[in-house]
Amino acid sequence: MDSWQALLIWQGNPVLSLLVLFVMVIPILYGARQAMHKLLHALSRAISNPLRLGSRWLFKSAEELRRRNKMVLLSHGREEIAQGIAKEFDRVTNLVQRDLHGYPALQRKLMDEITRIEEDFQKCGEVPPPPPEWTKAVAAIAKIKPSSDGLVERILEDISNSIDEIYEKIIAEYRESSKKRHDILKGFMPFWRSVDQSLNRVDKNMTGLEQSAARIDEQMEKFKQINANTENAEHTLASSATILFVISLLVMLIAAGGAFVNFWLIERPMEAMVGGSEYIYGNLQASYLAAMVIIFFETLMGLFLMESLGYTHLFPLNGINNRMRRWMVWIAFTILLILAGVEVALAVMRDMIVAADVALKQELAGGAAVAAAANIGWALNIPKAAQMILGFTLPFALAFVAIPLEYLIHSGRTVFGVLLVLGIRGLGIMARFLSSMTLQIGKGTEYLYDAVIFLPLIIERVLVNRGSQPGGKSGDMAAFSKRSAGEHVL
Amino acid sequence: MRLLRFIPFLMLALLATSCADQRSHAQAVYMLVDTSGTYSQELDKAQHIVSYLLGTLKSGDSLAVARVKSRSFSEKDIIAKVTFTKDPMQVNNQKRAFVDKIGTFKTELKKGSAYTDITGGVIQGAEFLNETEAGQKTILIFSDMQEELDYKTVRDFPINLKGIRIIALNVTKLTTDNVDPRRYMGRLEWWEKRARAAGATDWRVVNDLEHLERIFKGRG
Repeated sequence: MDSWQALLIWQGNPVLSLLVLFVMVIPILYGARQAMHKLLHALSRAISNPLRLGSRWLFKSAEELRRRNKMVLLSHGREEIAQGIAKEFDRVTNLVQRDLHGYPALQRKLMDEITRIEEDFQKCGEVPPPPPEWTKAVAAIAKIKPSSDGLVERILEDISNSIDEIYEKIIAEYRESSKKRHDILKGFMPFWRSVDQSLNRVDKNMTGLEQSAARIDEQMEKFKQINANTENAEHTLASSATILFVISLLVMLIAAGGAFVNFWLIERPMEAMVGGSEYIYGNLQASYLAAMVIIFFETLMGLFLMESLGYTHLFPLNGINNRMRRWMVWIAFTILLILAGVEVALAVMRDMIVAADVALKQELAGGAAVAAAANIGWALNIPKAAQMILGFTLPFALAFVAIPLEYLIHSGRTVFGVLLVLGIRGLGIMARFLSSMTLQIGKGTEYLYDAVIFLPLIIERVLVNRGSQPGGKSGDMAAFSKRSAGEHVL
Repeated sequence: MRLLRFIPFLMLALLATSCADQRSHAQAVYMLVDTSGTYSQELDKAQHIVSYLLGTLKSGDSLAVARVKSRSFSEKDIIAKVTFTKDPMQVNNQKRAFVDKIGTFKTELKKGSAYTDITGGVIQGAEFLNETEAGQKTILIFSDMQEELDYKTVRDFPINLKGIRIIALNVTKLTTDNVDPRRYMGRLEWWEKRARAAGATDWRVVNDLEHLERIFKGRG
């Protein structure tokens, strides 16, 4: 017999048995009502209160973290802008030192050229002396009206001939003078050109200076905003960090693809060097690890090279002087070059191993394909050459990973910080939601309990109302008390 | 005091050796080739399988080919055996030498043996494989799986094949199998039961020699 059936008063009539049992239990439930309410209340509080506390702590932590993130972000932004400004000032200094340094000489040259042009211009203004005074007398005689007097006619004819001669002479002189002026003007050209070039250079330098000044102004504006701790500056820095993070991640993924190709290029010959049957851990072959070590070493050398060249600032190398830095550059570059050479050798070795494998397989299969392959021998050298080129270039290409890596690390701090804040806030909201839900479930259970024992509660209310009508107060036992009605705790 | 300087290096060396995976990843294959009666005519197919195995096995792996004859529990029945070195170029030479040995054996084999002692060959194979201490041990039985022993040879005792996979290859049907296929099924069933009872990790039959990759399919 099942245990629940033992509770039945009438075995044949379970419904009636349960009903009678329910009626019998109601007074007990009514008697235990207050205690049960307290128990349910305590239980719901026991769950909701820690959740609420936890939620509060999470929100506080998130706020603290956000504040710290902001501090780091602004400090990083400040540092970056300071570097940018310093770089701009450097550029301006270089410009001034390189171009404006020669300004006195340029000015002197310009002045000389202008003076010369002025002198030449003065020369251009010199005109031939006017015709002598007697020409006026001749002109007066020329006005005499022609008459039948032969003497007059002869005089006039002589005068006319003389004037023609003089005229031709003057015209020749005038032409000569014009030619000289034109020659002087022609001589202007190189000076004008030189002046034009000098002025253009000055203009270019000035424009460069102006642009640098504008950039410095822009950076200074940002610097001011960061110093003022404005929300705008924070948002701008955060969004630019996110963009930078995504771009760096993308570049790093591409670099990882390159490293992957590099890995497969050297894994096979490494197998020959360290043994293909050696395993380090689990299914990780020793040759895999050896190939990875070479790639990591190349990346490391690239990192040092970029760091020494000043493209990245991952390590605090401020303490070393320029001489040491140059040494570091050469050492890193030499090691990288050696590793690239090793990779070329490994690529050749790989090709040899693959060719030997192919030959063996052909032999095992019957050796028919060997002769056919010999005819296209030159074509077989193409993949070998490609492997060698890849082996040599990939280490240098990997060296440039240092630049996106630096940006990834710097922007990653901001992005992960923001994500962490979001995660903690999400947890806080969830904890608060669960706390409220637990509290409401506790209340709901209390109401459900009351609904089960509704009959004695109604009787109690009637009795209490009747007893308190003359002005008496309702007791603690009263069902649906004012306190509990409509109370919501969130 | 100077000796103290070497302590970190010693510790590093110790760490490196403790990190190295002690588990063997090598595999060892022992191939039994039935040379009894009419089955000896199938040797071309056996050579094809050996070529496949040589193409598949790598540095550190071991391979042995032994013949099954009237009494096969002997090292003398091993036709060729090799453990491939770490140098891949050297491995190729080893493989060539192995192929030559099999070829010589094939040309020198005049006629098949009178009886077929598969169990003796399997015990010899298990011994060889256990000696190699390889991670993967496989016995390939290139036979019709019809064991025939002379009256003096005793093979009806429990054998130990713990950690060894057994693959039956090219299990040809005998004339009697064609009359009653239950004989063939029963023969294979008997061998499977025997292999599993001996502790073999796997039992498989591969009759399609065009798909020899099934030999190593599903190895752990």
